[in-house]
Amino acid sequence: MPFVNWLKRNLVVIAGLLTLGYLLLPNVIVTVFSFNRPKGRFNYEWQRFSLDAWKDPCGVSDLCGSLSVSLQIAVLATLGATVLGTLIAFALVRYRFRARGAVNSLIFLPMAMPEVVMAASLLTLFLNMGAQLGFWTILIAHIMFCLSFVVTAVKARVMSMDPRLEEAARDLYAGPFQTFVRVTLPIAAPGIAAGALLAFALSFDDFIITNFNAGSTVTFPMFVWGSAQRGTPVQINVIGTTMFVVAVLLVLVSMAAGNRRGRRQA
Amino acid sequence: MTTLTESPPPLAPEAPEPKPPKRRGRWTPYWLLLPGILWLLVFFALPMIYQASTSVQTGSLEEGYKVTWHFATYWDALSAYWPQFVRSVLYAGTATLLCLLLGYPLAYLIAFRAGRWRNLIMILVIAPFFTSFLIRTLAWKTILADGGPVVGALDTLHVLDVTSWLGLTAGDRVLATPLAVICGLTYNFLPFMILPLYTSLERIDGRLHEAAGDLYARPWTTFRKVTFPLSMPGVVSGTLLTFIPAAGDYVNADLLGSTDTRMVGNTIQTQFLRVLDYPTAAALSFILMAAILLMVTLYIRRSGTEDLV
Amino acid sequence: MTNKTDPSGDVRLTGIAKTYGAFTAVHPLDLTVPQGSFFALLGASGCGKTTTLRMIAGLEEPTRGTVHLGDQDVTALPPYKRPVNTVFQSYALFPHLNIFENVAFGLRRRGLKSVKKQVEEMLDLVQLGEQARKKPHQLSGGQQQRVAVARALINHPKVLLLDEPLGALDLKLRRQMQLELKRIQTEVGITFVHVTHDQEEAMTMADTVAVMNAGRVEQLGSPADLYENPRTTFVANFLGTSNFIEAEVDSKNGDEVVLKAGGGKLVLPASRCSAPAGTGGRVLVGVRPEKISLTHADDAGEIPVGRNRITGKIADSSFIGVSTQYVVDSPVCSDFEVYAQNIDRDPRLVPGAEVVLHWNPAHTFGLDAAQDADAGVEEAA
Repeated sequence: MPFVNWLKRNLVVIAGLLTLGYLLLPNVIVTVFSFNRPKGRFNYEWQRFSLDAWKDPCGVSDLCGSLSVSLQIAVLATLGATVLGTLIAFALVRYRFRARGAVNSLIFLPMAMPEVVMAASLLTLFLNMGAQLGFWTILIAHIMFCLSFVVTAVKARVMSMDPRLEEAARDLYAGPFQTFVRVTLPIAAPGIAAGALLAFALSFDDFIITNFNAGSTVTFPMFVWGSAQRGTPVQINVIGTTMFVVAVLLVLVSMAAGNRRGRRQA
Repeated sequence: MTTLTESPPPLAPEAPEPKPPKRRGRWTPYWLLLPGILWLLVFFALPMIYQASTSVQTGSLEEGYKVTWHFATYWDALSAYWPQFVRSVLYAGTATLLCLLLGYPLAYLIAFRAGRWRNLIMILVIAPFFTSFLIRTLAWKTILADGGPVVGALDTLHVLDVTSWLGLTAGDRVLATPLAVICGLTYNFLPFMILPLYTSLERIDGRLHEAAGDLYARPWTTFRKVTFPLSMPGVVSGTLLTFIPAAGDYVNADLLGSTDTRMVGNTIQTQFLRVLDYPTAAALSFILMAAILLMVTLYIRRSGTEDLV
Repeated sequence: MTNKTDPSGDVRLTGIAKTYGAFTAVHPLDLTVPQGSFFALLGASGCGKTTTLRMIAGLEEPTRGTVHLGDQDVTALPPYKRPVNTVFQSYALFPHLNIFENVAFGLRRRGLKSVKKQVEEMLDLVQLGEQARKKPHQLSGGQQQRVAVARALINHPKVLLLDEPLGALDLKLRRQMQLELKRIQTEVGITFVHVTHDQEEAMTMADTVAVMNAGRVEQLGSPADLYENPRTTFVANFLGTSNFIEAEVDSKNGDEVVLKAGGGKLVLPASRCSAPAGTGGRVLVGVRPEKISLTHADDAGEIPVGRNRITGKIADSSFIGVSTQYVVDSPVCSDFEVYAQNIDRDPRLVPGAEVVLHWNPAHTFGLDAAQDADAGVEEAA
């Protein structure tokens, strides 16, 4: 029974690929339906092929505005969370201090807390302080929940870094600042980059916390949410598809560049 | 056998002696921590306190709220919304289990069998993140549409009869049923299961499999006795990363479910943003938080993996 | 002060000590490493040798005491202001910089602009000119080791510190690099301080070896001196193998000490006895396995007079090519080890045979019986 044997050996591969299919199926649908010309207000049923939405991605009012708001918030939140998170990560790995356990818990809790709980309590705070909900409250919230993820990513990298490398730098006439800039930072860079990328993705895609604290400001996920109630324009799919393709291409290009650099040095 | 794990070189070099606290700058760590920790204290911890206080207030929007230590709000909220709590735990639990069952083979595939495809598959697992999860969740409306190919196939295979009997679906519909919500939750949080699983599987030395095989373990036994136990840290953090957000989620229940599939997240959202009954909403989210922290603590105790971060 | 013409490369440690909380890593220690010497700190894991090295480098602040380089007190100087460079354990090459930049790192930090010529010359010296553009992980262990040496030496330090520099290499490469390092040291004439747990490495390379144990220097001397005349059981066991017989001082006869052990008498040069040798004092009599001759009991009469002798029975023998190793059971000491050169092998010397062990009294050493005869055995394994 060669077939049965083959099946036995590759069962895990088949199961894994099926899962991968499950993960990618919605993206396929999103892409296919970006070429749809729906009959009613909702884009859930296939009617006929059309390039209308691709020709005019900003054709729906507020769509591109919300996209721009999301991008601005994501960039600022990434910046803020990466700087604050990197500082914390260095303090945690490199220094011994009191209240270390408390700090660790404070970092861990936001990741172990359902978003809706954080969202509701933050809104309570803003309401109590009489803060004007909008761009800035969203940004504050995003920096808050991205922070822990940056700390985790950077901490992992800094922890796996050989402390002798910094000692070697100091031994080779680099003062504390030079050591940090020439050795510590470049070596920690992949961890910081990973943390920043994660923060960007989390912020850009966040809906629950944003929904509570946005006031009348509309981010892209909130636009999609609203349209799910009122009617989904095809342009949403165009933007979703574009972001997927751009993300994949960016990664592939950077990997190819990395490979080429590796080969040249070999 | 000594080379099976990543042990130090054969003639073990002297281990670095215990690291002392740093010399200069006793205050340096505090300066590094200050901005970030302050941020978390003000925008994470302080809100929790505010919410705790809100949950024991009474009053109305018009006249304002006062702290009256009215703990009955908790009891009222629980007795009014216990079905939502039960659903949250059931749906999130089922979705977590499904994520583990679906995610493990894929994580295993990436870690051990993918070869040169490893990076590509990794990219494909992560890339969907960049399409807003709301858009992708909406796509399930199309996939599970009434009378569509998926529902038709499930019907023909009599799967729907079974799920109907379990109370997961109603008639020949999948949309607006618990099954659709669970399916959406599973889909949305699957990558959070796969990534930690992959991380801990990838650390396992492939030669351990050979050693187990050499010691008379069949592939399945090898998995049960070697691979799975070693991947426990990934299983634990994967289930937590899946269960916690799934239990608090209200997007899937809203987009794919019906009024009969409302989870506690939906209730909190409605109470807070529509009904504007802040004490009840605060009490509900406090109960949810406490329940989840309790379950997480028990789970971590039982699985014996204390250091997740 | 030493009488050298240029003492600027002397390393002088005065009362230096290091404690971490309740744990004492290095007990107060005085040590002088003369300019131009190859000095080894030898000891087992955790004995304080690396801490001592790091205090010289400035990577560790001594709890007490001072570090002088020549006449300069450098105790308070941070590592980047000390004219000292280190070859780190597992090299600590900067992974994000190529070989050229790794070697140029120290020069650049000191503000030198045109480093190309120097770096290239240095890389040629360690035969890595071709590899300048590679990243550290693309090199073999031996090549990485040479980069680490080049990166330190290019700065012309007054002292080069080596922290287990060969620990990560395989045996054959290690032997080769030992000779290579010795050659470089002779060529550049810089003081080398070398930390190792490998006694053979220390003996091959160093002019002077300090054996450390539990934060103290047990003994300091040339390799031959340490081996032939150990002053503690730790040194005797850590450097090679020693046999010990518990004995009692019978009498002192000029520069010889006569001891009673079991029924017999043993003789020991007074100069080689580090134990108090008053009559009735207890002494551990030590002798190295290769100094001992083995004669079958039937031929006992042929043994020349004046040699120390004890009787025993062969318990075990193993043939290892250049020599045969015997384990002999004797009333005064079980598990007596004897290494016999395979020149004329007596076929009667098999397990169970009654034998006489005898050796030149000049090869005997006497240690204080108050110490543990097995100290250092585990650590040397």
